[in-house]
Amino acid sequence: MTQVRSEPIQSVLGGRRAVVASSPDLSEVPERPEGRRHILDLDDFSPAEILGVMQNADVMKEVLHRDIKKVPTLRGKTVITLFYEASTRTRVSFEQAGKILSADVINVAGDGSSVEKGESLHNTALTLQAMNADIIVIRHPHSGAPHFLARNLDSCVINAGDGQHAHPTQALLDLYTIQSHRGQIDGLKVVIVGDILYSRVARSNLWGLTKMGAQVVLCAPPTLIPPDFLNSSRQVEGHPFASVQIETNVERALEGADVVMALRLQLERQRAGRLPTLREYSRMYGITPKRLELAKPEVLVMHPGPMNEGIEIDPEVAHGARSVIEEQVTNGVAIRMALLYTVLTPRRGGSFPLP
Amino acid sequence: MAQRLEAREILSSEEMARSLARISHEILERNSRVERVALVGIYTRGVPMAERIAGAIKEFQGEDVAVGALDIGLYRDDISGGVRPTMRPTHLPVNIQGKSVILVDDVLYTGRTIRAAMDALNDFGRPRDIQVAVLVDRGHRELPIKAEYVGKNVPTSADEQVKVRVVEVDGVDQVVILRRDEQ
Amino acid sequence: MKPLLIRGGRVVDPAQGIDKIADLLLQDGLVRGIHQRIDPPDDAEVIDASGSTVCPGFVDLHCHLREPGYEDKETIATGTRAAARGGFTTVCAMPNTNPVVDSPALVEFVLRKASDEGSVRVLSIGCVTKGSNGEELAEMGELAQAGVVGFSDDGNPVVDSNIMRQALSYSSAQGLPVINHCEVPELFQGGSMHEGWISNRLGIQGIPASAEEIMVSRDIALAELTGGRLHVAHISTAGTLELVRQAKDKGLAVTCEVTPHHLTLSDATVMGVRDGGSPFDPLTSSAYDTHAKVSPPLRGLADVAALVQGLRDGVIDLIATDHAPHNRVDKLCTIDEAAFGISVLETALGSVMSLVHSGEIALPWLIDRMTAAPARFLGRSDLGTLREGAAADVTIFDPDAEWTVDADGFASRGKNTPLDGMTLKGRVVATIFGGEVVFSASP
Repeated sequence: MTQVRSEPIQSVLGGRRAVVASSPDLSEVPERPEGRRHILDLDDFSPAEILGVMQNADVMKEVLHRDIKKVPTLRGKTVITLFYEASTRTRVSFEQAGKILSADVINVAGDGSSVEKGESLHNTALTLQAMNADIIVIRHPHSGAPHFLARNLDSCVINAGDGQHAHPTQALLDLYTIQSHRGQIDGLKVVIVGDILYSRVARSNLWGLTKMGAQVVLCAPPTLIPPDFLNSSRQVEGHPFASVQIETNVERALEGADVVMALRLQLERQRAGRLPTLREYSRMYGITPKRLELAKPEVLVMHPGPMNEGIEIDPEVAHGARSVIEEQVTNGVAIRMALLYTVLTPRRGGSFPLP
Repeated sequence: MAQRLEAREILSSEEMARSLARISHEILERNSRVERVALVGIYTRGVPMAERIAGAIKEFQGEDVAVGALDIGLYRDDISGGVRPTMRPTHLPVNIQGKSVILVDDVLYTGRTIRAAMDALNDFGRPRDIQVAVLVDRGHRELPIKAEYVGKNVPTSADEQVKVRVVEVDGVDQVVILRRDEQ
Repeated sequence: MKPLLIRGGRVVDPAQGIDKIADLLLQDGLVRGIHQRIDPPDDAEVIDASGSTVCPGFVDLHCHLREPGYEDKETIATGTRAAARGGFTTVCAMPNTNPVVDSPALVEFVLRKASDEGSVRVLSIGCVTKGSNGEELAEMGELAQAGVVGFSDDGNPVVDSNIMRQALSYSSAQGLPVINHCEVPELFQGGSMHEGWISNRLGIQGIPASAEEIMVSRDIALAELTGGRLHVAHISTAGTLELVRQAKDKGLAVTCEVTPHHLTLSDATVMGVRDGGSPFDPLTSSAYDTHAKVSPPLRGLADVAALVQGLRDGVIDLIATDHAPHNRVDKLCTIDEAAFGISVLETALGSVMSLVHSGEIALPWLIDRMTAAPARFLGRSDLGTLREGAAADVTIFDPDAEWTVDADGFASRGKNTPLDGMTLKGRVVATIFGGEVVFSASP
């Protein structure tokens, strides 16, 4: 007898509709039934959980478009950002995300704090424990530092980049940016060009992209590709990266690409003997307008920042029509809000509700 | 000790339809100017319910009523330390400033959901007034909140669960009460 | 000292080819005999060893006792107590202490301290180069006169090829081996684990197998050039094994050792993967196990399998622990910051017994590689055997007893083991050194 209203309901933004990555529907996206305590990398995310984070990020993005950008979600929670490496972009992104969600955000940085006075990570961890931090966001030059904290603390740990290992929040915002533009990731050809060997962004994206069904191509000179990817060791049953292609020629790699992700080239690679000169690298692997023509016309150009314009990416490409690099930054805040929302913070009294 | 849930139907599909129709009439009685009303369903099952009420109003009155969908995930105060559900984007139909907003939900229990929904609404504007429509009021309020429109009052005990099922989400229209049966 | 009769155990003495249920009598610090049935002398103590294996005390050619200089990690007293608990009655102490053992005075210090405070026999290994800095030869002749049993700059490789050549040549006058830690620094520096899939996914700089093989290859060439005695410490790769095999086929004086951990653990241990896990599984917070950081690194499964094969077919001369104790803070950090090394003495038997239980290595052969073989290497006919008149050093172990490793309960100051909390099968019941019980497990 009753009828379901058929016209689409309008967005709160009235015309300026937020980019909604995942289509809103009434079915519930399955989450981790037991909840998630840490975000260390994407290797333990299921595709459904990644979609769930993106869906929450859509909600967060709507909050970002409000006049008053504040919701009470994490009121009374303490978020500590612990950065052992300089990073403006990621730290500010987390700080903003925490503050919009009404968390108390405390920034502990390498400059002037005990972190630089040779205090060990363990001692710092004990201090943080005493402060009853609910969530610790850590960036550290050594791989595995977040796992060390997760092992030794009751707090939730979010990895904001550890050594050469992982940068899961960056990878999630990259996935979210792709999903926003393309509606899906499955089947897309995603080319990651640059310093794969040392790149935590590439490692986390490899997990995320392959889980979401992308065809990933890694492109770099062989000296900047993990040796393990250059031999036949991936031809083992069950290898998660069996489908990943390695290509040392950038023109061949870019052919028909849906997404091109350029990575920052660290200047010390030349001194380490991995590259003859930066000039040669730029000539052989730089993403130029001419090379970009080999990709699909609707290609998305991405970069995790900060860029060496003129080395790994031509300024014309970085700021061109196909670039979504600026958007990655905005999406970063939404994704980090979604992640702060998702992690299972301790109940008052310090212990977790789960066994 | 084994436990199983014993289910008992308290509203059938027909009874649910009659309840929603009655609520629609009551809304019209109380709000003479339909264009000043916005129906806002609370995810998950409040959303299709709001749409059905709007459909009924259109049928009775021939007028469209604005319908919105609200996710209260960002405003909940009752899941600290628990698993947070995935949210759905909030869509409000019009500027709610000066409107009579009718929050639509399936079950009214502690009142915390409605409290969170009111907080959320306040972030979007200042409605003229806020009313509440629910299919089932099961009692046990923890906050001074009441519903203007109630499909059925159902006395319950705390170890019972009231489960509203709607075709759009669950494939069936039905309200059941689940009781944990200690064996 | 009362005579000691060890009754009814399975007596395994590879040096004599003995493997039978028998009684063993020890008297005046020496072995008196093995017979089907020995009536205990009037004043004798009797140990019932039925169900247990009775063998010569284990001889460890390679351990770090850290004293002098690093007493926070280990002392001669605690290290030898750990040895006794692990069934070792003779341990050879590496010289990378502070100061390093590069002079007769330091050798005397170590030996005197050991005889005063040690629970078991300690032999001293001297430096190859002064200060162990790889530049000038240490006074190898005088070190030999002071009693060292070999030369090593262990902890560091002898990097300079000419120094290594001279060391092999010079030491041949003493008839003592040069024990080299083979790793090429250029391929090793900055690395913390085996280079492969797991180092790649963990984002940890890897150490390729070739880092070891290049130096082993060089050292073998130098051994051939000089005729010196080369002993390759703690081999870890299939490639190294092949190089040693070829050197032996040529008849060169080249020997090698393997550790319990390189025989039983792979690089997956760093990832926190235990039995039944896959290297493709998601990492958990137990990943980045600093206790699995060791030099040379734990290698891939193919290397582990090759080493077991090499142990079985005799290319590998002996099992040595490379017991490398550290204090807690040395491991309570990230992998990159962590010290290299595992505290091995107290878990060695339990580890290698897994190879016996899996049928890969026969028990007498395993015992040979831990007793007779290292004794032969040291040229000591009185050690590593239960021959009449040999030192009364005996280990009694229950090959089938299961026990859970509890690092906090170690006698060693080094609690650094990746095996903490794991169950091992094979446990030392008693250790007898010079006719005295120096360790006895509580029943």
